Amino acid sequence: MLAVDLGAAVVDGLRDMVAVPACVYALAAVGLNIQFGYAGLLNFGAVASGLVGAYGAAISVSQGLPLWVGVLIGIAASAVFGLLLGLPTLRLRADYLAIATISVAEILRVVVNSARVQSVTGGPIGITGVADDFFAVNPIPAGRYGWGAFSFNQNTLWTMAVGWTTVVLCSLMVWGLVRSPWGRLMKAVREDEEAARSLGKNVFKLKVQAFVLGSVVAGLAGILFTFDGGFVKPDFFVAQTTFNWYLVVILGGAATVLGPPVGAMVYWFVISLFNSLLTQALGNDGWWIISPTDTGAVRYVVVGITIVLLLVFRPQGIFGDKAEAMIGER
Amino acid sequence: MNAEPLGPRSVGAAPGSDAAAGPLLSVNDVHRSYGGVRAVSVDALEVGRGSVVALIGPNGAGKTTFFNVLTGFERADGGHWRFEGHDLAGKPAYAVARAGMVRTFQTARVFPRLSVLDNIRLGAKAQRGEHLRTALLPWMWRRQEADLGERAAELGRWVGLGEKLADYAGTLSGGQRKLLELARAVMAAPTLLMLDEPMAGVNPALREALLEKISALPGEGITVLFVEHDMDVVSAISDVVVCMAEGEIIASGTAGQVAADERVVEAYLGASSGDLREMDRAPRRSTVDGAAADGRAGGPAHDGADDPSADGAGGEA
Repeated sequence: MLAVDLGAAVVDGLRDMVAVPACVYALAAVGLNIQFGYAGLLNFGAVASGLVGAYGAAISVSQGLPLWVGVLIGIAASAVFGLLLGLPTLRLRADYLAIATISVAEILRVVVNSARVQSVTGGPIGITGVADDFFAVNPIPAGRYGWGAFSFNQNTLWTMAVGWTTVVLCSLMVWGLVRSPWGRLMKAVREDEEAARSLGKNVFKLKVQAFVLGSVVAGLAGILFTFDGGFVKPDFFVAQTTFNWYLVVILGGAATVLGPPVGAMVYWFVISLFNSLLTQALGNDGWWIISPTDTGAVRYVVVGITIVLLLVFRPQGIFGDKAEAMIGER
Repeated sequence: MNAEPLGPRSVGAAPGSDAAAGPLLSVNDVHRSYGGVRAVSVDALEVGRGSVVALIGPNGAGKTTFFNVLTGFERADGGHWRFEGHDLAGKPAYAVARAGMVRTFQTARVFPRLSVLDNIRLGAKAQRGEHLRTALLPWMWRRQEADLGERAAELGRWVGLGEKLADYAGTLSGGQRKLLELARAVMAAPTLLMLDEPMAGVNPALREALLEKISALPGEGITVLFVEHDMDVVSAISDVVVCMAEGEIIASGTAGQVAADERVVEAYLGASSGDLREMDRAPRRSTVDGAAADGRAGGPAHDGADDPSADGAGGEA
């Protein structure tokens, strides 16, 4: 029963570590890291930016616009969304900001999901055929690439290539920003808003800038999500996804440049590894009180335990600075 | 500092210029209440250019609230104050600081997870790289950044934190944080520096040096208005002492004049006995607390003019 092929599980883990979902998470985490890691904004509705980006692009395409226009509309929509959500909420204290953003994200998902707007958003079914233009310009010849279980078809590989390139570009942007005086100011606002104000810094303006910037990067993640199979559905954009992104940021190391992308890869490696191990171990019979259909739930239990251990033994994440993490919040 | 100039600055008491005429700060009829409690009610106050002005008064007198109101950290219920000819009433805190009126806090507020040097750097105004549009164009700000870094290191050494420039500010002691805050505020090249209890928590061995530094600031074109409890400190460095009680200014003049003022003694002690210096040697907090309470009980007009948040507001706002 408990005979498992560890090698096969590792290969599954490695595949999902670089596959499109990991790439979407990496991009989203880069965006969230700007807001949460550097600017200290507790945005619990980060997934809403992804939703707006994804639906902005998907609805444009379904209304007959070319994909590249749709992508630009998706980016613009996530920027405008960040601005509209940020302007009224960024004057709020951290905990109120968290409540306001999570509410807005849930409202948005429920609205998109509702039958009333099904003709536009596709309701629970979503929108398909979004990425046809994208796959049409795929330069990679048809076929499967890789070895055994570690292989991808030409369209997945194309999406991965574009996706990871975007991750690298966005990470470079963050790297450039955080070593600038603007980046220093962003951290100062995270550390103590009042002190920043006392030095003549326009704290609200900076928060809006960081919020919109993070929203745009998360919007890109949403757009990339639609390229994984060419469809968009509302059930990806649940609050759970936001918290997974937080997990990725903290796992990699908040307020570090490499933390979010590497955190996303590690997250997907671990998830996929345990999924594979559990599927093999449980077989068709299950084990103890765990039935074979519980695999999905059990792997999240394992992930949960891993997080607790991480926070206890390595609160700074993979790339964080221990000394920095140990400085108490005042 | 060894009489070494604090560096280039554009502001200051340039004789003959328009701005140099008249007081630097003039306050008119500023008041602030919490519910029915009158925290600040200042009819008139003028701060002359190039002076060191001390603001004293028992706990709950409204000193910190007055600071908060003037610097835009709290809204005034009414009144006006002109600073270098600009009306600052209703202006947000950052605009007040940009106008040249920079304050520190009663409980020092540093940026814990930034280095001491970066903390001081953040004081500098008009940084070209602090805009999102220029942040990714390092050639636009690199030179200024290097200059400011040198100046920040100089100020760090000036307050005796030269060894700590690379450390996280969060590792500093409370007294060191006060010093860091002072360096950071001076980095902002203020015209008026408002210090809220600059000596609180500072090692007694450093106090003398710190006093010297503060009293040297007017020579650099920085006028100082500071809140302080310690009468020895006050009389050592201030040109003018202003005493507040129950939100009002009850006396002003030289340290000697104010210490001898009947109303001041009463405000501190609640009875016209003893003198301020004697009081200062007694265990300070309990004495002043008790005295303040007595003073209010015996005070004439405003019943319960207690101001629960006045002294704490700066630290917690």
